[in-house]
Amino acid sequence: MTDLDPANINVILATDCGSTTTKAILIQKVDGQYRQTHRGEAPTTVEEPVADVTVGVTNAVTEVGELAGRKLIDENGEVIRPASGDVGCDIYISTSSAGGGLQMMVTGVIAEMTAASAKRAALGAGAIVMDTIATNDKRQPYQRIERIRELRPDMMLMSGGTDGGTVKKVVEIAELIPPARPRPRFGSGYQMPVIYAGNKDAAETVTETLGDSVALSVVPNLRPTMEVENLAPARDAIHDLFLEHVMAHAPGYDKLIKWTNAPIMPTPGAVGDILKTIAQRQGISAVGVDIGGATTDVFSVFPGADGEPVFNRTVSANLGMSYSISNVCAEATMPVILKWVHFDMDERELRNRVKNKMIRPTTIPQTREALVFEQAVAREALRLAYEQHKAFATTLKGVQQQRTVGDTFSQDTGGQTIVDDMALDLLVASGGVLSHAPRMEQTAAMLVDAFQPRGFTRLAKDSIFMMPHLGVLASVHPEAATEVFERDCLIQLGVCIAPAGKPKPGKLCFKYQIDGVAADDEFAEVLHHSGEIACGEMKLIRLPAEQEARVRVEPARGFDCGAGRGKPVERKVRGGTVGLVLDGRGRPLDFEAREEVAGWYEALELYPE
Amino acid sequence: MPVAYTPGLKVTPRLRQSARRVLPIEGEVLVAVGDRVGATDVVARTLMPGDVRPVNVANALSVPAGDVPAAMLKKEGDTVAVGDVLARSKGLFGMFQQEYKSRVEGTIEAISGVTGQVIVRGEPRPVEVLAFLAGEVATVLPGEGCVVEADAAYVQGIFGIGGEAYGPLVMVAAAASDELTADMVKPEHAGAVVVGGARMTGAAIRRAVEVGVAAVVSGGMDDQDLREVLGYDLGVAITGSEKIGTTLIVTEGFGEIAMARRTFELLAAHAGQQAAVNGATQIRAGVMRPEIVVPLTEDEQAEIVEPEHVAGVLEVGTTVRIVRDPHFGVIGTVPELPTEPTVLGSGSKARVLSVAVEGREPVVVPRANVELVEI
Repeated sequence: MTDLDPANINVILATDCGSTTTKAILIQKVDGQYRQTHRGEAPTTVEEPVADVTVGVTNAVTEVGELAGRKLIDENGEVIRPASGDVGCDIYISTSSAGGGLQMMVTGVIAEMTAASAKRAALGAGAIVMDTIATNDKRQPYQRIERIRELRPDMMLMSGGTDGGTVKKVVEIAELIPPARPRPRFGSGYQMPVIYAGNKDAAETVTETLGDSVALSVVPNLRPTMEVENLAPARDAIHDLFLEHVMAHAPGYDKLIKWTNAPIMPTPGAVGDILKTIAQRQGISAVGVDIGGATTDVFSVFPGADGEPVFNRTVSANLGMSYSISNVCAEATMPVILKWVHFDMDERELRNRVKNKMIRPTTIPQTREALVFEQAVAREALRLAYEQHKAFATTLKGVQQQRTVGDTFSQDTGGQTIVDDMALDLLVASGGVLSHAPRMEQTAAMLVDAFQPRGFTRLAKDSIFMMPHLGVLASVHPEAATEVFERDCLIQLGVCIAPAGKPKPGKLCFKYQIDGVAADDEFAEVLHHSGEIACGEMKLIRLPAEQEARVRVEPARGFDCGAGRGKPVERKVRGGTVGLVLDGRGRPLDFEAREEVAGWYEALELYPE
Repeated sequence: MPVAYTPGLKVTPRLRQSARRVLPIEGEVLVAVGDRVGATDVVARTLMPGDVRPVNVANALSVPAGDVPAAMLKKEGDTVAVGDVLARSKGLFGMFQQEYKSRVEGTIEAISGVTGQVIVRGEPRPVEVLAFLAGEVATVLPGEGCVVEADAAYVQGIFGIGGEAYGPLVMVAAAASDELTADMVKPEHAGAVVVGGARMTGAAIRRAVEVGVAAVVSGGMDDQDLREVLGYDLGVAITGSEKIGTTLIVTEGFGEIAMARRTFELLAAHAGQQAAVNGATQIRAGVMRPEIVVPLTEDEQAEIVEPEHVAGVLEVGTTVRIVRDPHFGVIGTVPELPTEPTVLGSGSKARVLSVAVEGREPVVVPRANVELVEI
């Protein structure tokens, strides 16, 4: 941890070591305010011939230094601290998802209850959950043992039983672990870390059962009663063990850990922290997505069954744009992806291109055709990841609901998704294909097509994929993190207005009216403007980020824009670099013809000549 | 002079190659430091613990879990055969006793009074590790395995299917740009490592499996053919355990791409010699690429000098290969490395370099889209 007085911190260097690219940013105090000033990146170096993550870090930091005219690395290849004149920085922090991130297995008694809570804890901490073992997972015990042995997770989280509940079932699962003789992925000289966060009455027997086969840590139960989830102690234990065991054995991390002023956080954990902060501060429902090379993370904050905001995170382990691109094509199927491509492409050649991207994951599209195809794949990867997220982000299962006579016909037993596309206020995009899209319109269109938000939804993007850096910075210097987040991190893209309903060709979808006081004459016309959107039509209205407007939408019969079918809605909105996206395609989205796609792309000015 | 790191595959006429050969669990090492070993010699051996079968004896006997230890007729460490009585309940005054007969054979590993489970482990399976590299044992890792070293010609491929294989190198293509077709694979190639030039066709792969070719190496292959050979669409590049009847290694990528001339010539120079290949590929952190290793003969060791090479540095004058469309496969040298980002045809801004190619205009490509080629 840093012992520097935050007031004396003027230059902050932050890196994020992704599985493909290491990104470095420089934050400096400019006129008394923290601003992100420069960025640089280099390929992550965890493979031979280098196999040392610090080489990629040094390269990325050197690039930032070159661009900033600041010497950040000394002759020994280490980060110079503290800052003095044009040399060095005051603190250096880092996140990491290289090495495939943190890979875990979780166990519980019932898959939908304690095991689901354990999975939420692991995912919330930034892990990839390789498998979930539960007594009702329909596998034979020997199959579970084989699975533990084969997968070689970095660590395991055991849950099961509410406090005072079953001991026998919890111990039954514990008995599977010693015979599996689990070995962690990195290094052979240490025992696999296991965290026990189950029924406190079973802790002693579980400790005896596991013996010295693993390195066990016992923390408070993550589901002490059916109605309560207490995930924080388990998440903290995961972070501690991640540093102590996993990171310390990845190539070069022993060096990197010594360089940083704060513990290295798993990238998704850091992104989740910053999203939670935004949603709580603004009192809104938000979804964030980070699409990477190997995985796609979806984060959401929606009100739970009791109305309190609930944070959820999912990792779609094999949905990504480089290492996993071929898997996206296999899962979504090529014809579905090609529906998003508005010109002819040879499928055989495309298949080869996809595989070439998979085997050389760091390459980038050079031509417009390659870009259109890559963005088509991204739409499907995001859609699949969001579907998985919705299925996971649910109310607690197993909670008894108090019912009245009025509820007789609604058999609500918990387990429904809390993700409500109509209630979604803010959708934040991050990750290479979204953040680095050459045009902001492309980012907005990918979000709208994949997430299919309903009603009024604000769209934003993480300008240069800064959320992980800011998440970890918040743990050291919250003021700097907040200032940079508000000023430099989020780019407001605009607002999507999309009534839900089944479109009928040639019919009206909705009428709209826009009013407001123009800050600039250029937008005077836009701000006294009304019109109609037909079913299947899309329209882009340019409205800058600093401009406010009142938008009234009158949906046609059968369409709902948030107030019920056919009922008008009026909202105050703010523009963005893209503006207002009026979407008359209905929800859920359903289309066949390629000509339609070409029309939408033209309306949104996605790929102008 | 600006320099940058960029990935590249290793292709070298001489390298002191070392192969770390270890058992999955502790076992017996059969060689000593200084021993000469052949590629298929067994260097270490162990017995893998058998599969584990938990048996719920409490349920089977209808007794509380706590009574199971007392009901057991066998104790931890005992061996059991199918049909052996494992446990017997006390019954009522010695009457109505229930028995549980084992349905599996193995050794009793644990008896639990908490859950009433008895864990029976099956017979151990022998596991052997071969030397892979014909050479000299440099280090013995007690209880684990050894490190074998040899001077070898070494080629790293970009992608492979299947595991370790051994055989003499047979060049079936006359040039690096020749496709490897089914008619080029002959019955006499059984047990050989067959080397083609450009794309290996699906029919050639099927033919190779038919005649029992140990491994097929060529410049490229079509994804469509890969899907047919595997019977499924490969989602993530983690391979090595496929059982398709042969090992496949592509050196350049997917599609109709010729093998790099240098790679082809290097393999041709060793035609007829014994090679060890491994198709296992893992494109994740800690990347693993497929490899072809040809231990050098004593004469060759005297002749071939290990080239000096600085790995991973991209600078003016470096030879690179473009690894992304629209110039996929083109090899050239780097005349300049501009530092300022440039706008690409896709509209993105990226740092670029120009690649000078003999007989044509230089092309400008993103730095991310080239890899180093050793010369």
